[in-house]
Amino acid sequence: MTAVMSRETWQKLKTRYSIYMVVIVMIIVCNALNPNFLSTRNISNIAAQISVTTILAFGETLLVICGLLDLSCGSVLALAGVLSVYIFKETGSMAVAFGAGLFFGVVCNYVNGILVRYFSIPAFIATLAMMTMARGGALLFTRGQNIYQIGDYVWFGQGQIGFIPVPVVFMVIIGIVTWYILGHTRFGRSLYAVGGNEEAARASGINIGRIKIQAYLINGAFVGLAGILLMSRTNVGAPNAGQGYEFEALTAAIIGGTSFSGGLGTAGGTLAGAFIVGFLNNIMNLLGVDSYLQQVIKGAIIALAVGYDMWAKVNRTKKSLGAVELSSKPKEAKS
Amino acid sequence: MTQDTVLEVKHISKSFPGVKALDDVSFSVRRGSVHVLCGENGAGKSTLMKIINGLYQPDHGETLIRGERVKIDSPIKAGELGISMIFQELNYTPEMSIEESLFAGRWPTRSLGRIDWSAIRSKTLQLLQQENLPFDPETKLKALSISNLQMLEILKAISRDADIIIMDEPTSSISNKEIETLFHKIADLRARGKAIVYISHKMDEIFRIADEISILRDGRVVETRARADFDIDSVIALMVGRALGHGYPKEEVAHGEPVLEVERFSGPTGFRDVSFRVREGEIVGFAGLVGAGRTETARALFGLDPGAHGTIKVRGRTSKIGSVQDSVACGMVMLSEDRRRFGIVPVRDVKENVTLASLAQFFRNGHLHNAMERKKVTDICERINVRMPTIDSPVGTLSGGNQQKVVLSKWMLCNPDILILDEPTRGIDVGAKFEIYKLMTSFVKERKSILMISSELPELIGMCDRIYVMAGGRITGELARAEFSQETIMRYAMNMPKAG
Ligand SMILES: Nc1ncnc2c1ncn2[C@@H]1O[C@H](COP(=O)(O)OP(=O)(O)OP(=O)(O)O)[C@@H](O)[C@H]1O
Ligand SMILES: [Mg+2]
Repeated sequence: MTAVMSRETWQKLKTRYSIYMVVIVMIIVCNALNPNFLSTRNISNIAAQISVTTILAFGETLLVICGLLDLSCGSVLALAGVLSVYIFKETGSMAVAFGAGLFFGVVCNYVNGILVRYFSIPAFIATLAMMTMARGGALLFTRGQNIYQIGDYVWFGQGQIGFIPVPVVFMVIIGIVTWYILGHTRFGRSLYAVGGNEEAARASGINIGRIKIQAYLINGAFVGLAGILLMSRTNVGAPNAGQGYEFEALTAAIIGGTSFSGGLGTAGGTLAGAFIVGFLNNIMNLLGVDSYLQQVIKGAIIALAVGYDMWAKVNRTKKSLGAVELSSKPKEAKS
Repeated sequence: MTQDTVLEVKHISKSFPGVKALDDVSFSVRRGSVHVLCGENGAGKSTLMKIINGLYQPDHGETLIRGERVKIDSPIKAGELGISMIFQELNYTPEMSIEESLFAGRWPTRSLGRIDWSAIRSKTLQLLQQENLPFDPETKLKALSISNLQMLEILKAISRDADIIIMDEPTSSISNKEIETLFHKIADLRARGKAIVYISHKMDEIFRIADEISILRDGRVVETRARADFDIDSVIALMVGRALGHGYPKEEVAHGEPVLEVERFSGPTGFRDVSFRVREGEIVGFAGLVGAGRTETARALFGLDPGAHGTIKVRGRTSKIGSVQDSVACGMVMLSEDRRRFGIVPVRDVKENVTLASLAQFFRNGHLHNAMERKKVTDICERINVRMPTIDSPVGTLSGGNQQKVVLSKWMLCNPDILILDEPTRGIDVGAKFEIYKLMTSFVKERKSILMISSELPELIGMCDRIYVMAGGRITGELARAEFSQETIMRYAMNMPKAG
């Protein structure tokens, strides 16, 4: 019996944590390919590089779990970013600029939420529209010109707290916020239920419309923050920044086990997904892989990683490994 | 194996993570006979049938059709071998129309693979007419109630002209009249030499149509005999492994003030001028045939369907009920008859599903109280015997009856003042039914009220204090406990109170 149980536990570990195993395998392989890989500097470098898309990915995770998505985050990031930079140059206040960045992110996503809730526009279309509008807005506001000389503003993206880069600190904070929301709040439970079966969630007394709007609002704050970090990291308020980031963010979330059919996903998975993509970019750069070839390899590895994860999950229903006797008492079977 | 055996499975085993669903099962069906499969929720009945239908692959064992070893690796293969199946959990494709769904996977084609829509249309019309189903072939499935969907499924399986027809709880959401029609059909199929496997938790049905009965317990066949060699008690004893009390755990409870008064309630979903009331401590039943408007009335009352009008008073105060949140705020909740659509969140675990409607209980200052949640969920699941690997298993992997128990637990845990139950014991085994009736009794003893819709007359008669009968969207009769009888109720349900 104990042997059976331990196999069962192993099976559970494998299916539940398969994505983290991919991360560990990647670390081992990358380290073998390049011994510099695991240096503190390189790792903190990678973390800083992925921080912006990872923060976006946490927002996408919340949305995709609840059956929504945000295609506009790359553009809204640019709009919120340039506005924040502009306000910093006008006021000279870091706090005001920071608040403004979040605010504009939230406003755009409030519009997303309204379109989805009150006009029943599918999230895909609503946020596609917002993607175009926000990009246009950013270009219009700056007349297509970059805003240079951003002064102290660079602290958000380039400063350090101790030896940890500020954007990494933000990434960790947002990760913890996402983890807490999903695992420990009513709102998180409702997100899973709405995404898993909207009609059942409604019949259970959950205010679906409100949940969707709230999900967009939180996403908005994340996107605004990402905008601030990106502008600051690159030293410039660039209205063209962040193009294609929505797909990078979605990729990280999906690799991390968030399901497009809704109701599934975790913060830890998304972080793992983001690191997988980050490691991949990093090692290929370290190895000097041709940048066109990099894209091909990246695509293939993404397919592989998700494929392995799916295989590990599906496999458990096919194999008879670790089956225990059916017990009528839930307590007994739990062990 | 006799000459007549069309389908035989030998030594089939099948495991899922944490569960051995089937353990060395052998089973056979003869031409021109009905083989009934009984067993508690989670015994493995549906799993065995899904293996025969090619949906699951067994870990061990073999399948023989007309004496030949076959490997059924998909439902398509099963169809080619002459097997058709009515699934317990109806496959729900909301955007499909009736005609598309009836011919799904076998659409007649013309040259270049074009679908022959005119042939489909005429065949569909013909089938619907034969069956007396008043539907437009273009109706989307999402517009149909679960009973209608079930009748369509039956029609679909039978119209395939298969030799082996598997029916997994075909009568779980239809009422007496439709069940009679189905039984006539089964008799006809049997006379034509078809083999039928029939799964049901309704004992009276089982004894009416069975030629042979097999009993499955914990994934093993414990007994197979001819019907004549069984009686209800022995079937139940073999199923649950112990003797079970007969009857209903009904207790006299003092009735207090009216808690729910509904006056001239009408709605666009097809009910008119419905007036009724429910008092404290009362269990009020709603009887009627499929399409009588019972579910529609309850859904509108609960705020699920918009556009109804009339007065609703809760504890004497007129309340405007426009949304589910309003109802919940008034202390009224509803269990839906359609657990797949309105009950469960299949990808989430048992624990989350059970606490979904009463989340407020488990959150202090917005923070989840983990241990308390686990304890309450474990308690209620044990009480009504939910069989599952753990409370962290996704509800979608539970057997149909156990999913129903999860939904019931959800509403019981919510502890409302007024509990609307729409077919609460749908697909639930005899042992657990008794526990559920006991829960209902203890519920009303706390001065709460239940409004129960059911198509199982014995259950209504056994548990209710009063019964309203509906027909054609209106209330046609109100019966006090002393007046209860199947005949009276059926007369009102057919809207012929004076006849017979
Ligand atoms: N896809 C699946 N994944 C995991 N476990 C499953 C799956 N399907 C069935 N099971 C498990 O197998 C066991 C048998 O389930 P099955 O559906 O065959 O029961 P059943 O006899 O049809 O019960 P019911 O009367 O409730 O319909 C159950 O314990 C169930 O949890
Ligand atoms: Mg079943």
